[in-house]
Amino acid sequence: MNNQFWTFIFGRLTWEALPLHEPILVVTFIVVALGGLALVAALTYFKLWKYLWTEWFTSVDHKKIGIMYMVLGLVMLLRGFSDAIMMRLQQAMAFGGSEGYLNAHHYDQVFTAHGVIMIFFVAMPLITGFMNYVVPLQIGARDVSFPFLNNFSFWMTAGGAVLIMMSLFVGEFAQTGWLAYPPLSGIEYSPASGVDYYIWGLQVAGVGTTLSGVNLIATIVKMRAPGMGMMKMPVFTWTSLCTNVLIVASFPVLTAVLTLLALDRYVGTNFFTNDFGGNPMMYVNLIWIWGHPEVYILILPCFGIFSEVASTFSGKRLFGYTSMVYATVVITILSYLVWLHHFFTMGSGASVNSFFGITTMIISIPTGAKIFNWLFTMYKGRIRFELPMMWLIAFMITFTIGGMTGVLLAVPPADFVLHNSLFLVAHFHNVIIGGVLFGIFAGINYWWPKAFGYKLNQFWGKLSFWFWIVGFWLAFAPLYVLGLMGVTRRLRTFDDPSLQIWFIIAGIGAAVIALGIAAMIIQFAVSILGKNKDWDTTGDPWDARTLEWATSSPPPSYNFAFTPVIHDNDAWADMKKRNAQRPVEGFRAIHMPRNTWAGIVLAGLSVALGFALIWYMWWLAVLSFVAILAVAIFHTFNYDRDFYIPAEDVVATETARTQLLGAGK
Amino acid sequence: MSTKPQTAEGEAIAFYDLDPHEHPAHASTTLGFWLYLMSDCLIFATLFAIYGVLGGNFAAGPSPADLFNLPLVAVSTTALLLSSITYGFAMLEMEQDKQGTTQLWLAITGLLGAVFLGLTLYEFYHMIHEGAVPQRSAFLSSFFVLVGTHALHVTFGIIWLLTLMIQIGQRGLVPANQVRVQCLSMFWHFLDVIWIGVFTVVYLMGMLR
Repeated sequence: MNNQFWTFIFGRLTWEALPLHEPILVVTFIVVALGGLALVAALTYFKLWKYLWTEWFTSVDHKKIGIMYMVLGLVMLLRGFSDAIMMRLQQAMAFGGSEGYLNAHHYDQVFTAHGVIMIFFVAMPLITGFMNYVVPLQIGARDVSFPFLNNFSFWMTAGGAVLIMMSLFVGEFAQTGWLAYPPLSGIEYSPASGVDYYIWGLQVAGVGTTLSGVNLIATIVKMRAPGMGMMKMPVFTWTSLCTNVLIVASFPVLTAVLTLLALDRYVGTNFFTNDFGGNPMMYVNLIWIWGHPEVYILILPCFGIFSEVASTFSGKRLFGYTSMVYATVVITILSYLVWLHHFFTMGSGASVNSFFGITTMIISIPTGAKIFNWLFTMYKGRIRFELPMMWLIAFMITFTIGGMTGVLLAVPPADFVLHNSLFLVAHFHNVIIGGVLFGIFAGINYWWPKAFGYKLNQFWGKLSFWFWIVGFWLAFAPLYVLGLMGVTRRLRTFDDPSLQIWFIIAGIGAAVIALGIAAMIIQFAVSILGKNKDWDTTGDPWDARTLEWATSSPPPSYNFAFTPVIHDNDAWADMKKRNAQRPVEGFRAIHMPRNTWAGIVLAGLSVALGFALIWYMWWLAVLSFVAILAVAIFHTFNYDRDFYIPAEDVVATETARTQLLGAGK
Repeated sequence: MSTKPQTAEGEAIAFYDLDPHEHPAHASTTLGFWLYLMSDCLIFATLFAIYGVLGGNFAAGPSPADLFNLPLVAVSTTALLLSSITYGFAMLEMEQDKQGTTQLWLAITGLLGAVFLGLTLYEFYHMIHEGAVPQRSAFLSSFFVLVGTHALHVTFGIIWLLTLMIQIGQRGLVPANQVRVQCLSMFWHFLDVIWIGVFTVVYLMGMLR
């Protein structure tokens, strides 16, 4: 009776779910708990809770939400990277009968968590953060189309991250690889909580991603400043538009397929089972119909960042703007026609494999066009080797090599040999680190002065840059070699001692990357806390070309006191060239959206719902679901969602800027 | 003021919109909601694809011909299609600013939706009673999830409709409410379109299998 009562309350959650038998996790937990306590204590001591709540958590300002996305992404990068370094250490050790230091149960969770976290909770928040921060500024808007939805989307993404982090200390994470193929991820082979954490973590975050996609498309289509036709949009805005189209057109497939997997696990349906007519390959097809566009969702905005960086630091208009736009659109479309190259070995036959092999190779054409456009932008330009420009050059070299190994893998017969090998692992790290991550780092260095009003420290930035480049090649070149020798991915121990040296080199590479991350953290710390800041009083520290640089650094909450009118590409460069004067009088009250608590509350309830479903606490699941519905409905009864910034406040802000600009000259 | 430099031809160029007009408050809502509907449409597309691939896998269990009751489906289809028409009437009344008749047509729409939902639930109950449960075969899994997801949407549509009727009752047909009625209208017609697909692919083609 008593036992039944506890089972009713806690479902299948018992004391055994706490990983007390794993010393590594216990130590991690103690460190995280102490760190968390210290953080909470500090926030309480400095009385920052109210500030955080009113200025950040409930804020609908796209700039603040963008920064919160970036913080989430960078924090999760540390988690994802710890997983990476654990794997490298394990693989460098586990030779000649040694089992290494991670047991199979733990190791399999580590490589799954690494993939899931790096894609969903590092790369996605970081690029969404950039799109949120930069797009409205680039198109001369005051916020996104749906500011409340934006806040809600962020908190859903953060809620998914919370669920994934919980799995570290309560229960376990999936041991299936980052896409959780059935039947391995089915209830029969993965009965514990791991796959459920995976499913509900991604579902909660997926809602946020989809809605943020809808929001940004509507923003770009509807809220551009007067005169900015589609072919006058900055390239970053173009790539963001294409990325968000991809998000809206692919994340629903992920949502659907994960729901079906959940039904197989919870209800006992037969979608992806081996019996009663289920078909596991259906899952693999569907998840890659989402998964392939997903990699372009990540890389396209980075192409946009590099386009802005290339033209700014070469002091020239971007070479081949039109071809750049068309290349982006072509990539967007083609990214839907290649998904099967992830499983040529499925056995779909020569014709199908050839089709997908050829479409995959075709994608390299628009991508190559982009590389040449950046090169020609640099050609005869006045190049300034600031940090963003250095990342651009590192990207062009690294990404081109990664792209070429990709074309190699696109050849089905070659893929039959290299499928699931470390060659593949090296390839996609080559393009994701060399493309997405380098793009993000270029973007952080480029837009930091816009967001905070001062430039990042150069010395530590350069140090971080070189550690990353050297570390990257040390870590992944050996994986190409090992992959060609036939080593498959996700192995925990090895028999052949001649392979060990390559894994040791890769481990050293990972350590060098760790130095790169450390240097980056020091770069942030030195820049934030340092006394001699490289202040930007002009709002345009790089002599850049697009509209976000037309306003102050950091921009006021309303972005632009008067909406800019656009006459040419690179609107800000055009305004500077033709000596447009910033208006200094005639300011009016500005209509802005109000902050709201609903986003964070709804996301918190969604986390509770996910947790309840993971642990079979049905009462909590029903309760939190009803609560979500009730809060959402209650929120719709609030019609008072906007307010006016009084004209006096606008005058005060703008006059301060006028004085600052005068002093700077 | 010098905000207007001259071009070579001498015409003035404005770089800032110095005389801003208020933008309509819900300018992007229709587009945004339409985009959301398209994303929802893709969820259904996935479920249709699943049904297309797995719908023939009976696993020696019942097939559509053994289970489906076409007259019943005809009635529920009629109810749902009629509800789209009555929603259209509600929209017409709303455009003439007639709050009472708008509410009346919305209520009728909700009732027809409830009839549809009741018949779907009856069909599910009947099938489960006969042992045709979702766990029985991949065909039944995909059938229950496709039709069930649609029914779930209709349920949320009805909840939304009731909420909206209360809000119209409280505040009248203010612009904010008009936008909501429009969005729900798109949602409602969208479910109709999906149902036509379900009716054709699942029921009619199922009986031909």
